[in-house]
Parts: sequence; structure tokens; C-alpha cells
Amino acid sequence: MKKKLVVVGNGMAPGRALERLLESDPDSYEITIFNAEKRVNYDRILLSPVLSGEKKFEEIIIHGDRWYEKHNIALVKGRKVISIDRVNKRVTAEGGMIADYDKLLIATGSSPFILPIPGNELPGVLSYRDLDDVQAMMIAAEQGWKNAVIIGGGLLGLEAAAGLKTRGMDVTVLHLPSILMERQLDLTAGHLLQRELESRGIKVITNANTTKIVGDGKVEAIELEDGSRLDADLVVMAVGIRPNSELGKQAELDVDRGIKVDEKLRTSDPDIFAIGECVEFEGSVYGLVAPLYEMANIVAMELLNEDNNGFSNSVLATKLKVTGIDLYSAGDFSEGEEREEIVLRDGANGIYKRLILQDDKIIGTVLYGDTSDGAWFFQLIKDGTDISEMRDTLIFGPAFAGGSPLDPMAAVAALPDNAEICGCNGICKSAIVSAIADKNLTSLDDVRAHTKASASCGSCTGLVEQLLVLTLGDTYDPAAVQPMCGCTDLGHGDVRRLIVADGLKTIADLMQALQWKSSGGCAKCRPALNYYLLATWPGEYVDDGQSRYINERVHANIQKNGTYSVVPRMWGGMTSSKELRAIADVVDKFEIPAVKCTGGQRIDMLGIKKEDLLAVWSDLNDVGLVSGHAYAKGLRTVKTCVGTDWCRFGTQDSTGFGVRLEKFLWGSWTPGKVKLAVSGCPRNCSEATCKDIGIVCVDSGFEIKFAGAAGLDIKGTEDLCHTSTEDEAFEIIVALVQHYREQGHYLERIYKWARRVGNDSIKAAVVDDTVNRKALFERFVFAQKFSQSDPWSERVSGAEAYEFNPMSEIKLGEAAE
Amino acid sequence: MTTEIWKDVGALCDVPRQGARIVETSFGRIAVFKTANDDIYAIEDKCPHLGGPLSQGIVHGAHVTCPLHNMVIELKSGRAVAPDEGCVLTLPVRIDERRILLDFSKFGEKAA
Ligand code: SRM
Ligand SMILES: Cc1cc2nc3c(=O)[nH]c(=O)nc-3n(C[C@H](O)[C@H](O)[C@H](O)COP(=O)(O)OP(=O)(O)OC[C@H]3O[C@@H](n4cnc5c(N)ncnc54)[C@H](O)[C@@H]3O)c2cc1C
Ligand code: SF4
Ligand code: FES
Repeated sequence: MKKKLVVVGNGMAPGRALERLLESDPDSYEITIFNAEKRVNYDRILLSPVLSGEKKFEEIIIHGDRWYEKHNIALVKGRKVISIDRVNKRVTAEGGMIADYDKLLIATGSSPFILPIPGNELPGVLSYRDLDDVQAMMIAAEQGWKNAVIIGGGLLGLEAAAGLKTRGMDVTVLHLPSILMERQLDLTAGHLLQRELESRGIKVITNANTTKIVGDGKVEAIELEDGSRLDADLVVMAVGIRPNSELGKQAELDVDRGIKVDEKLRTSDPDIFAIGECVEFEGSVYGLVAPLYEMANIVAMELLNEDNNGFSNSVLATKLKVTGIDLYSAGDFSEGEEREEIVLRDGANGIYKRLILQDDKIIGTVLYGDTSDGAWFFQLIKDGTDISEMRDTLIFGPAFAGGSPLDPMAAVAALPDNAEICGCNGICKSAIVSAIADKNLTSLDDVRAHTKASASCGSCTGLVEQLLVLTLGDTYDPAAVQPMCGCTDLGHGDVRRLIVADGLKTIADLMQALQWKSSGGCAKCRPALNYYLLATWPGEYVDDGQSRYINERVHANIQKNGTYSVVPRMWGGMTSSKELRAIADVVDKFEIPAVKCTGGQRIDMLGIKKEDLLAVWSDLNDVGLVSGHAYAKGLRTVKTCVGTDWCRFGTQDSTGFGVRLEKFLWGSWTPGKVKLAVSGCPRNCSEATCKDIGIVCVDSGFEIKFAGAAGLDIKGTEDLCHTSTEDEAFEIIVALVQHYREQGHYLERIYKWARRVGNDSIKAAVVDDTVNRKALFERFVFAQKFSQSDPWSERVSGAEAYEFNPMSEIKLGEAAE
Repeated sequence: MTTEIWKDVGALCDVPRQGARIVETSFGRIAVFKTANDDIYAIEDKCPHLGGPLSQGIVHGAHVTCPLHNMVIELKSGRAVAPDEGCVLTLPVRIDERRILLDFSKFGEKAA
């Protein structure tokens, strides 16, 4: 007599298992399948194309009714199995139907997780798991429901969003983490994806914590933790899945998250097997079909008593199935110990590829925009292939990794003559090579000037340089452009130019467009980029505190023992009894260990505990003392001397002018620090002739000087110009500061900037060209609108409070007991 | 085998992205970091070089650069990135219902 096999659940996993079983031995078992869904086995993965209208349900059926008939399988549709009697080896389904088994296969899949929030049962709230859900969504769209809100920006949520959008609904995706598909993607790829979805009219809100679904008899709106409210006619929850393991629990099998199985897919009862999303193997549960198909093969072999190697966890790959968006990820792509990355970004074409390497093997990859090499990389991951030989060209895919010598130079040499090198300007290889030879070009700049290659986005610079080397051999000395840091080949100047030219407005945008080689920058480039964006897009760019050095982030100077120093402004070095008294009181109250007159004509309180900073500032603010920015790449001090107010030699009001300048310039961020001084006569008691900008007053007016240094280098100032009025001097100085803000490289003081661009070019821009001078002045004034607020009082009134208090205190004595 | 000592130290959203918060303990400060991908790491707030407060450094990828002399520490292992050498103590992290839990058993051993 034939043995009886009963299968619970008719999803993708058992479908494959039965195929394999019948192929080997069609007569081994008498088979009965119970399925809670009222339909045959279909390809759940393809529900999204059904939703978007690209496929019909009939096209995604795997096994139609005929198949079951042909194989003599009893398929019981629409009947859920509710209990298993392990002693008598029999299952009972809803409605009382029973079936006896010799072997039982549980494949109940998983169910969508429903957020435990008020309103989650209102009509109009759906999950996304089966054809019923898809049909409900299609009906909603057909009936003209307007607003769809998808909770969850993972694979399923985004596919649902894209589908509903094509069906004409207004779609918003709410996602709790900051990155879409955060399990699969990294920051950059997530950002690209978000922009692509947004450009298709899908709204994406990240960091969105849904607290409530509201409506009277039907969904009407959704409320978020931050208090905002969104209209919604349809809500789709796609926030994760839970293995369907109740049946296993009921039958008292070993169950943790899922029904526990061993490598032979056996549960704790040797006659009961389980496969698919309902199982847990070595602590893992599953959500993709590849491992489930593997389980299906093994369980079929077990049922047939065939030898097999058993199931083991393996690497997985995911692809987002939204037409027109190419996104692929595989393996493990978290950062970690001894892991390296290779990143390729093609800003112009929206391509991002990242490989994660460990011990000369690829262990993970994320591909966006061009996923054609996904399968190849995946194979290398699975095979654990040693890639050290092809490492340099690996990221370009199999096309380059073929032939013998695998260095990048050979890859470039192997490119056909008509291969496009510069995508922006459509310049091909032969055009560049012949220009180099015919016109005796010797540098990158020459090539840029003659062919335009690499002159736009600059992302082909590496290739052009390789062509120079190929054509000129050793005579070519790669341009002396110092890259900003290890994350890019571009120098500061190129980055600043491209920010403006390409309208790059966020750090993430910039890193993508300019093809950053690391996924999140480093401590060298991030502060620089933050400054460049802030200076280029005032009022628009949101300052990123986490890309600033600690001093600028907490508005105080960190000291060697982790305490801080606080230096309030004393405008032009002037102070008063009131200010001094407040300082004295603060020093006593907070037991500040050291008080010092700085080299910048003001007072430094050193050794303040971080937790006390807010209280210290608050007390100083009370008498009008504000931050002196002694920590900033920004305006530091304007030193003055007593001038005509008191001094018998004074020629102009040097104190007043210094105060006026400081009050106008304070708060502005600059590439490096900026220090000024105004002296009342050429005796120069405020040491103006070694400052970034120095003014020496004379009978006939004002001598403006700049580009002095008295720190790491020592250098007297250069003459900029003479003016007869204070107002004109004022305008020129402000324009000079703005010019520096726009051109300077991060951390480059004014004297170094002047050496790089030439004193004459600066004079021409801010002295001779009065129209340009006024424009610079106006741009400075505009930028100041967004930066002249005292950072101390902002923080005293609560900004970034998390910077100043510990998150919690833990007593460990009790824990150790 | 030591017993694990899990303690709730705060909410996931208490830590700024690409930033850190401090947890005070009787055995010194712990720095709790959050990366751009919202991964959480906890390490001793003490640079292996000269004890700089790592919680105050710039967080990039899963690394932090010490604010005092720019040594780069890998958050996961607590190890300094070559060519520098040194290592800080790391604490196991668990996230439960959007709360951050740290396992202080390493301190338990010290305490015992
Ligand atoms: C406090 C003070 C010394 C003092 O007790 O007088 C000081 C203290 C520091 N200076 Fe200075 N400098 C101070 C006046 C100067 C001066 C003199 C001046 O401003 O007239 C100079 C020479 C002029 C110049 O700016 O070049 C000066 C040239 C430097 C340099 C070299 C800069 C350069 O480009 O050559 C550095 C290092 C740097 O910035 O990278 C520096 C860096 C520092 C730092 C920030 C070092 C650090 O990173 O921790 C010190 C911070 C201590 C603190 O917490 O307050 N300090 N420093 C002075 C504060 C002035 C103020 O009121 O804001
Ligand atoms: C929209 C969507 C898109 C997806 N896209 C992808 C993708 O691109 N790539 C990928 O790898 N994976 C994808 N998946 C996941 C993939 O579909 C699942 O991993 C796979 O279908 C799980 O197979 P299964 O057999 O374990 O369970 P299921 O296919 O869920 O089948 C379980 C069946 O058992 C039935 N059942 C449950 N309890 C009982 C009971 N007590 N009695 C009787 N019957 C019961 C259920 O009704 C269901 O029909 C996607 C899933 C969805 C929903
Ligand atoms: S000269 Fe400046 S940087 Fe050097 S020790 Fe003195 S305060 Fe510090
Ligand atoms: S203390 Fe951290 S680098 Fe010096």
C-alpha cells in the first residue's frame, strides 16, 4: 500500500518539493494538500506585476488544477488545517475534514505583521501577502480612492507603492528607519532609490513612526509620532512577516520564532517535516524563495530516502521588482572588522556599485542603476572565489575581468577606439589619444582644454589620465592635484566648482554625483563638504552637526582632559565691569580652575565640565556675553588699539572700526579661521600687519592689508589698497571675506589662498571691480541672515540638548550581584 | 561562563544619527554610537591613545575619529585602524522595541 503524505499549505516551497518528488518517483506517496487560500499554487513573487497591471493572475499560476489531477493529488482548497494529532497521525481541517498521514509536511508560510496600533482593524487597512490583498488594492484604485499610505519602505512596501501609483493613486510611503530597504541597502543606494521614487511622484517620509490609524467606520487618516496627520483612504501595512507556526505549537513541536527543523528539515517529530517561511533553522527564519527552494529539494530527497547533504544557510540575493528601477543586493554588506569596500559611482548615469571584500573574497554587493553584473558577483560570493588577481578591475564586471593581464591600464588599453570616455561631452578614446599625439598635450589640463574630456563632471579623470600614461609613457607626470582625502580623487577646487556647476545640495547627493569611493566619507572630507555646501547654499543647506569637529559642534574648545574652555566675545577687545563681574561669578559658581587673557584680547575660562557648559553660557548670556567662536573656522577676533579715543597718536577711531567689523562679521563660517586687527597708527599696537586682514589707520584714511600669518608660518601682510573713508574700507573688507569664503579650500588660511590664486586676482575682484565688490558684499549680507545667532543661547534654550547630557546612568554594583 | 547583564540605557531615537551619547556608569563612561544606517555600537568612551572622549568624535561609516588626535577606531571591534594600534572595550548591544540594551557583563567580571 502506498504511504500517505499530507501537506499543509500550498505555497511556493511545497510546490517545488512536490515537483521534485514526482519527478523522481511519481508513485511513492498518496498525496493530500490542504490550503487555506481558495486557489491553486501561484508565484507569490509576481503579485507585484499583477498589482501594477503588467501581468494577469493566470500568468503567475505555477500549478493549475490539471496538474493536480494528472498527478492524482487531492488539493483541498480553502480549508485551513487546525490541529494535528501526532499519536494517531491525523490532521483536522476547518469544517471537520480529516486526513491520516504517514509523513506530514508543514509549509504554512508566514503572515504579515500588523502594527499593534489603534485603528489597525478599520476597513481599508490591508496587508500585502496574497491575491486577496492585491484584488482589494485594485478595487480601491478602480473605485477612485485617492490617497494610499504604505507603512513600511522595504521590498514589499515599495512594490505595493509603485503598483498603486501606476493605478493612479496618490501614494505616500512611511518608513521608520532613515534609509529605504535598510536591510538591503546602504545610505547612498537608499538615497538614490528614494530620489527615483520621488521623481515618479511617490512621496517618501523616513523616520516616520505611525502611532494611530483614524477613521469612522473606514480609514480616513494616519497619525505620526511627531503629531502630523496624513489623509488616507487605503493603508497597506508592509512592516514585516512572522512565521506561521501556530500549528506547530498546537502539536507541541519545538517552536521558537518558527517551527524548528534540523538540516534534514525534520521537526522534533521524525515523521513531520516543515519547509518554507514557517520554519526556523539554526536560529534563522526566511523571507526569500531561494533558500526555500533549496529546502524543497532536500525534503523531497528525505521523503524518498535519497542521500543528500542536508540544508545549510547560504548567501541570499534580493532584487526590487519595480519596472525601471534596477536594484540588486546580495550577501552581507554591513561594514565591519577587516572588511574593505570597492565603490564605483557614475553620477551622470545614476549608477552605484559597491562590493564588500574580506580576505580577498567578495562577501556582499549592492548594485543600483546597472545590475547586469549581479549574477556574476553573486556567483563569486557563493563560490568564495579569491579575487586578489582581478581586484583592480573587479568592479567593472566580467567584461574586464576576462583576458589575461588584469591591471586597469590593460583594461583601458583594451577598450575599442570608439569607447566613450567622457560621457558628459561624448568624447571617445581615439579622439583623446589622437589629440594627445597630434597636439603634443602633456597634462590633464591640456586634454581638458583641447578635447573637453574630463572638463565637466570630472568623473572620467582617472580614465583620461590612464590614456595620457598609455600614450606618453613615463614622460607623463600625473597632475599634481592633491585629492581631498582617500574618499575621492578630486581636489578641493574641483569639488567646490562641481557643487556650483551641478547644483549639488546635500552631502549624500554630492558623494553620489562625484563618485565618492567610501560609503560615508571620512573625518577629513565631511567637515569640508559641510562647509562648502553651507557657504554655497546659504539658507537652503541644513548644517550637518555630525560632520563638524567636536569644538564646532558643541561651541567650546575641547581640552586634553576632555573638559572644555569657554571664550566669550569682547567686541574689539573692549569689556566692562558688568561683564567682568559676570565672568568672575561664573568662575566661582562653577569652580572653573583657570582664567586667562588670550592672545586675542579676551578672556578664556578653561577646564569646564561638559555638563556645566549650558549653565555657564546661560549665566554669561544674562549680561549679554555671547560665544567668541574661539573654536570656529570662522571669524575669531578683531583686535584693536585705543585709537583716537585715547591715544595721543591715534589718527582714526580704530576701536570703533574694529567693533563695527566684528559686529558685522561674527558668526560667519569661513574655510579657515579669520582674524583681524585695526591699529590707530603705523606704530601698529594691535599687530595688524601679521593678521589675515589688517587695517592700519593713517591721517589720510585706511591702509588695508591682508594675507599675514603669525602661527605655523610667519609672514607680514600684503598691501591690498588705501581708502579715504571708513565705509569704503568696510565694504572692501567684507567683500574680501566673502571672496575667500567662496574660493578658499577648507582649512586654507587667507595667506595660503592668496598664494594659490594670486594677490592680483584678489585685488581685481574686490578693489578694482566695484560691481563685483558690491555683489560679494550682498552675498555676504544674505548669508549672515542665517548665521548670526548666538549658538550659546540657542543651546541654552534647548537646541541639541542631547549633546550635553548623558543618556542615562547605570549603577553596576547591583547588576553584578 | 559569565552571566549576561543586560540593561536598558535609552531609546533608539535618543542617539543622533552619525553621533553618540554617553552612558555614565560606576566603571566609567560608555559611548553609544549610531551610524548613518542606524546601527548601534557601544564602546568605552576612552581613546586607546591618550584617553580622548571618543563619543565626541566624527562618526563615519562604522568608525569614529577621536577628537583629540584623530586616531580612527572601528566601532564594531573597538580596534584602532592601522597603522595605529590599540583597542577599547566593546559592549554587546541588543535592540528591543526601539530601546537600546547593553550587556555589562564585562564590567561585572571587573566588579567581581
Ligand atoms: C587661547 C589661545 C592662546 C592664549 O591663551 O592666548 C589660543 C589657543 C589655541 N590655539 Fe591659537 N590661541 C590663541 C591665539 C592665537 C594666536 C594669536 C592671535 O590670535 O592673535 C595665533 C597666531 C595667529 C594665527 O592665528 O595664526 C594662534 C595660532 C594658532 C594656530 C596656528 C594657525 C596657523 O594657521 O598657523 C593653531 C592651530 C590651528 O589652527 O590649526 C592654534 C590653535 C589653538 C588651539 C585651538 C589648539 C587646539 O586645537 O586645541 C588652542 C585652543 C585652546 C583653548 O581651548 O582655548 N592657534 N593662536 C588664544 C585664543 C585667541 C582668542 O581669543 O580667540
Ligand atoms: C508581494 C510579494 C513579493 C515578493 N517578492 C519576492 C521576491 O522578489 N523574491 C523573493 O525571493 N521572495 C519574494 N517574496 C517572498 C516569497 O513569496 C516567499 O518567501 C514565499 O512565497 C514563501 O513560500 P512558502 O511556501 O513558505 O509560503 P507561502 O507562499 O506564503 O504559502 C503558504 C500557504 O499556506 C497557507 N496556509 C497557512 N496556514 C495554513 C493552514 N493552517 N492550513 C492550510 N493552509 C495554510 C497560506 O494560505 C499560503 O497559501 C515576495 C512575497 C510577496 C508577498
Ligand atoms: S601655542 Fe596654542 S596650540 Fe600650542 S600649546 Fe599653546 S595654546 Fe596650545
Ligand atoms: S586621545 Fe584619541 S587620538 Fe589621542
